Order: sequence, then structure tokens, then C-alpha cells
Amino acid sequence: MAAVMPAPAASRHLMSGNEAVARAVWEAGVKVAAAYPGTPSTEMLEVLSTYPDIYTEWSVNEKVSLEVAIGAAYAGSRAFCCMKHVGVNVASDALMTLTLTGVVGGLVIAVADDVGLSSSQNEQDSRYWGRFAHVPVFEPADSQEAHAMTGLAYELSERFQVPVILRMTTRVNHVKSLVTVGERVPHVGAGFKKEPGRFVMVPGNAGKRIPLMFQRDVELRAAAESSPLNVIEDGSDKRIGFIASGPAYMHVKEAFPEAPVLKLGFSHPLPIEKCRELAARVERLVVVEEVEPLVETELKAQGLPVLGKEILPLQGELSPNVLKPAIARLLGEPEPAPATIAPMPVFPRPPTMCVACPHLGAYYTLSQVRNIHIAGDIGCYTLGAGHPWNALDTCISMGAAMGVAHGLDKGRGEADKDKRIVAVIGDSTFLHMGMQGLLDMVYNRGNVTVLLLDNRAVGMTGGQDNPGNGRDIHGQEAPRIDFARLVAALGVKEERIHVVDPYELPVLFKTIREEIKAPEVSVIITNRPCVLIKDFHKRKPYAVIDDQCTGCGNCLDVGCPAIHVSRRGKEVKASGREVDLAFVRIETSVCTGCGLCVQPCAPKAIVHHVPQAPIHIVKQEGSV
Amino acid sequence: MSASTNILVVGIGGQGVMTATEILAEAAIAIGHDAKKTEVAGMAQRGGVVSSHLRFGPRVLSPQITPGTADVLLGFESAEAMRWQHMLRPGGITLMNIARLVPPVVELGLFDYPADPLAEIRRHGNPVVAFDASRIAQELGDIRLGNTVMLGAIADHLPFPAETLLAGVLKRFQKKGEKLVDLNRRAFEAGRAAVAKEEAAA
Repeated sequence: MAAVMPAPAASRHLMSGNEAVARAVWEAGVKVAAAYPGTPSTEMLEVLSTYPDIYTEWSVNEKVSLEVAIGAAYAGSRAFCCMKHVGVNVASDALMTLTLTGVVGGLVIAVADDVGLSSSQNEQDSRYWGRFAHVPVFEPADSQEAHAMTGLAYELSERFQVPVILRMTTRVNHVKSLVTVGERVPHVGAGFKKEPGRFVMVPGNAGKRIPLMFQRDVELRAAAESSPLNVIEDGSDKRIGFIASGPAYMHVKEAFPEAPVLKLGFSHPLPIEKCRELAARVERLVVVEEVEPLVETELKAQGLPVLGKEILPLQGELSPNVLKPAIARLLGEPEPAPATIAPMPVFPRPPTMCVACPHLGAYYTLSQVRNIHIAGDIGCYTLGAGHPWNALDTCISMGAAMGVAHGLDKGRGEADKDKRIVAVIGDSTFLHMGMQGLLDMVYNRGNVTVLLLDNRAVGMTGGQDNPGNGRDIHGQEAPRIDFARLVAALGVKEERIHVVDPYELPVLFKTIREEIKAPEVSVIITNRPCVLIKDFHKRKPYAVIDDQCTGCGNCLDVGCPAIHVSRRGKEVKASGREVDLAFVRIETSVCTGCGLCVQPCAPKAIVHHVPQAPIHIVKQEGSV
Repeated sequence: MSASTNILVVGIGGQGVMTATEILAEAAIAIGHDAKKTEVAGMAQRGGVVSSHLRFGPRVLSPQITPGTADVLLGFESAEAMRWQHMLRPGGITLMNIARLVPPVVELGLFDYPADPLAEIRRHGNPVVAFDASRIAQELGDIRLGNTVMLGAIADHLPFPAETLLAGVLKRFQKKGEKLVDLNRRAFEAGRAAVAKEEAAA
């Protein structure tokens, strides 16, 4: 994205939490910002990349992004790094020692917790990292707060020379609300000053930093006690007082407008005295937090008789309609009447792969290969676990397909004796954390067939650029990794590396069939771009000749959302067996002519929409 | 009930549900309301369910519309309009496109598409106006005009003038030339007229 003229100070805009943080980072004079895309955090860096006077980059993974930010902060510049909750797991190795060195220029780590798992493999509470790494945690409740707290986080970071975690949740990252923006204040770093006792964390040096970290905890707690981000809002209904942070605060105010509330904005270290103050004013105290009982547990350890997860769910988002019945039960009041209409049963509508997605070719083919176990990974291609392919057997963490496949091979039981092991991983995930796993299986003489689905984009998060497509965060030309050479360098034999067009089903099928028989590691790289990025080019659409369709439904097994059933029927086979028929049509307005469905169509009933000579798929320029 | 107006916009990833809701939010802000907009959308870009919540009023706290509190449900697709009926308050109105977008799981024969979503919705007695927004958009020459048609459809069911919303829609296309501005104005008015016609007939 090209740089745009930022909106003037004091103007008001409808902004998502992510956009608000990006703006505040720019206002804070941050010099370096780095991230790896991940829902719901992605837009923070995406938007920041459009601002002038700031260096931004898509890093290859969250750990590297944090390390880049650490270096910039050591150099005295202000730095920013953002990631989704699971990204912190990756970055945590750096974080856990960063807390000992501290920072010079301010460093804010914005972490987006996907509460409710809208697009994640688990649900984690990133506030734990504040406790684990001894760093302060801020929790905005909406976009305006996200904007304000980002600026305050930089001040706190420099005052205590400590990185600050800005803990957000989907309901802050992706909610749009009004934000009055501020002025940009340039920040000039002094440059890196050599200080080995602080920046070289060998045991002798690190050990001396630990007491300083504990001393800092004490000082930070005092800062939290007096912080204007932690305020008691009095209320007339003293039966229950609430302690709430993040969006949970908004739900409490919505559901119980008359109740006293301690709003925690600077939530770790916890301002215990403020909590005691509220406890003294009310009959009962309830902690409302997403998702784990962190504040609740700390207060109980301090002897405060609070309630929390005894009455509220341990999982998922809170909302007024979760809080109201729980509190009514606590007060012994009748529960509010449920919604007037019961939810009407409607079929599920899971996300689908896109029309002409190159992964359709890979998964259709995998679904046709027998006797394989398929270790999967994280990206659009995780959808391969669903219908109609059912061709992905595991998904755990970024890059895990490699190690898990290797383990499935080495740990095979009697029932797996004749099974072949396949791993499926996308280009960006491979570069993020998959390369090491491949190196491991090659080095340890594993036997896995790896499908590296190179679609030249971080597809699931919206098609961000990465080292695999040769474009930087601004879409400018950048060094492009050659996957075939990369995997060869990791030790895969040249004859076991194949670059295949995923739209050429017979070739892909034959290649997979041959490679799974090879008693060593193979890598099959598919080379068609994501349909959502500019590298993708539409071709002439296809249509079904209705009276030639036999209703076999083979094309439906491709899983393309442009293929629809026009009518159903039944046929009695010579054996007497009755089979269902599904006659199809193609939605030509959305078909992009990839030709995948043409290939399994036995009666050749699928032809170009506008009658003309069929187009042969040609290798695209620039493919590996 | 809070003082907020609650509008639920529902459909499928790729239909422009989130953009339409954002334009509605901007219009509400233009006349001085506070507003919050939020989605319950996971990997919605890939044809999944999208429901976009808009709340506006003097001051909005929680961004989510809770079940039984939506004033208007704007449905971009028939089955989706049906899926979210429980979100409506008693008497809340449904404005829905009658188009049916059938997902692969139905085509594969794993689930059934409801035979008549409109009839199912009507059974509950809340007001409902159904029209063919997709056909209107296609007749104007581009299915992508569908979300402007839908915005026209809701224009006379808002606590502010239809012109405020129309101005917000057209502002989006100003930079793209007079032709698109004109096309979207026609799409908006066609959506508005379709709802008015159905209501007059009822």
C-alpha cells in the first residue's frame, strides 16, 4: 500500500481498534514496526505501512518481528510489534529475556486475543504473559481507548525501561467506533550505547538483572495503583460491584448501568488497593474478565471474597446476555426472559475455498489417494479437513505439519504399516516455522511426502506479501525465495523435488503417487497464485452442457463453490444398486476458468461458456 | 432496551455486508450519533456466514446486539435472513433479498436448503419485506451493486433521512467517477422503491 496523507490532528473518524493503534503508533513517533500477519491483529501493521516516516516490515514470524523491534528499541528508537495470541508463543523466547534487559526507546507489543476462536486453533489469555514475563499489561475496551493507551504505553515503557503489552481482543481489534486522533510527535533515538552488563544476557549478567526485574514489579504496581487508567466509577446499586477490563467493561456498563465498577485499563500489575477500595463499598464483588480467572485468582490470594468464574463462563466471549442471567441467579432474581424467537434451524455454512483456488486441485487429488495420513498446517488449506475432501488429518500449530508428519512416520503402529505419510503446508507457513521441521526430517532420514502449496501469499489473512512472492509490505519488488532451491539446500534430493501445476490434476496425482512410494523425503511444490492477489489472472469461464451431464457428481468432489446442483435424480445400476444423481450447472459469472472441474467430468459435459477452442493451461511467467 | 438503534446486517462473505454496515455507521455518525460496528465473522472472506452489528445512539457501550434486541434485520440472502431471526426484537422488521446462495455442503447433499425461508420467517408474525435485490443489481448491469440496492432498501427504515444515507453511499464512489455515482444512485433508489412497492402491496 502506498503512503497516504494522515488525517489531521483532532479530527474524528470511525476506526477499528487496529486502525486506532496504528494511528497512535505513528503519532508516538515510532521508527520501526514489525509483525507477521494473524487474525485479528493483521490490520495494525497493514495500516501502519500506509503512514509516512515509519519503517514497517512483514517479518517471517513473530519471534523475528519482536527481535527486530527489540533491536530498534535498544538503539533508542521507539518500536512496535503486533501479533495474534498464538504468535506470542513463538515470540516468547525473546520476550522472556527481553524483560531482563529492558528497553531504551519505548517498545509496545500489541497482542490480539481471538476470544471466541473466530479464526484460530485455540483460545489463549495473553494477560498471562504479563505475569510470566513481568511486564505491564494495558487493556483497552474500544478504539478510542486503544488509541489513548498506545500513547500512554510508550510513556510507561520509557519511564520504566520495560516493554508494555497492549492486550486486545477481537472485540477491540475489529470493532469500529469513533476516535479523535492526535498530533504526531517525532521521537529521536540517541543511538545504541554499548552496555554489555545489560544487553549481553549471559548467566553472570542475566542473574544480576533479575532482582532489578522484581524491583520494577513493585514500582509498576505502585504506578498501576495511581494510574488514571484504573478508576472506580461509583453507582447507586451497591449489591454487586464489578471489576472489569477490556470489552468486558462495556458489557458490564451496558448490563448494569447502576452498579459500581472498577475499570482496569492498566491491569497488570494488579492495583490491589483499588480493588480493596471497591470491595469496601459494595456487598459483593464480581470479577468480569475474558477469558481466564487471572484477576480473580490474584484477588482471592489476597483474601478478597470475590466471585468470577464460579458464575461466568471460562470460555468464549462475554456479553450483556451472558452477564445478565448469571447475575440474576446470584441475586436470586428471576432470569431475564429469553429472546422472543427461538433460533431457526438453518444448515451450517462453513467457510469454503475460493472459486479456482489452487488448493482445490491439491485437495481433490489428495482425496483420491488411498492409504495416506495427512499432517496439515495453518492457513486456508486447513479447510481441506472439511467437505468434500476430508483430506487433512492433523492441525496444531504453525509449521507443525513437518514435525507431526515425521512423528507419524517414526511412531507408526501396526495399523499404519502400509500407510504413507503426507504433510501439507503453505508457502508462508513454511517460511514462518516449517523449514526447520523439514530440515529435521531430512537430517533424521524421515520418509514423508511434503506438499508445499506455494500460492505466493498469506492467503487466510487477506493475501499479504511474503518472501515467497518477491514483494515487500508496500508491494514493492523484494528478493524472492526460490522454494525448489531452498528445500534442496535443506537436503532434499534433487530428484525428490517437483514443481507441479495444481490445475493439472493427472500430473499432480501421478507425482504424489510416485513420491509416496519413495523411501525418503520428497517435496512437491504447487505453483499457482492465490486467486485474491494480483498475480492471479482470470480465464474464460466454463459452463455445463445440460443434456450431456450424466449426474455423476464427480465435479462436485472438486469442491469449487461455482458448481451448483440444478436437479437431482436416481439411477438403478445393472447390479440393482440405486445411486443418487446430481446434475450440475456452473455459475459462469463467478467461474474464472481454472479448468479443474473439467478434468474429472467423464462425459466431457463441461465446456467453455462462449463456444471456442479450449484453452490449455500454460505455466505462468515467474513461477518457480 | 437501551436508547440505541440496533441494526443487524447479515449475509455471506464476499457480498459486501461489512462495507454496507460501515456506510450505515458513517451515516449515523454524520447526523451526530455515537456508533459501534462489529462483526461475528470468522473466515468470512471464504463464503462463510457474516453478521455485522451496528448500534448507534447518544452513547453506545457494548458493540454487540444481543438476541431479541435488533430493530432492523437487513438480510442479503434468504437463508441467512432466516438464520438470524432470533436477534429481532418483537415487532422488529426484516428487509431481505430473496436470492438463495447455496453452499457446497448443500450441493453435496449433506444438508438441505430451507424450501421457503420467507414463509418460515413470516410464521413468526414480525414484519418482513422481501425483494429480489440480486435481480435489481443485475438489471442495472452489475451484481456488485447489490449492497447499494440493500442500503436503498433500509433507507426508509432508519431514524434519519434516506438522503443522509444516500449521500454516504455516493461519497464512496465520488473518486471513481460520475458514471459509478449515477449507477449507485439508481441502485439505491431501486432498492428503496422495491421495498416501498412491497409495503404498499401488503
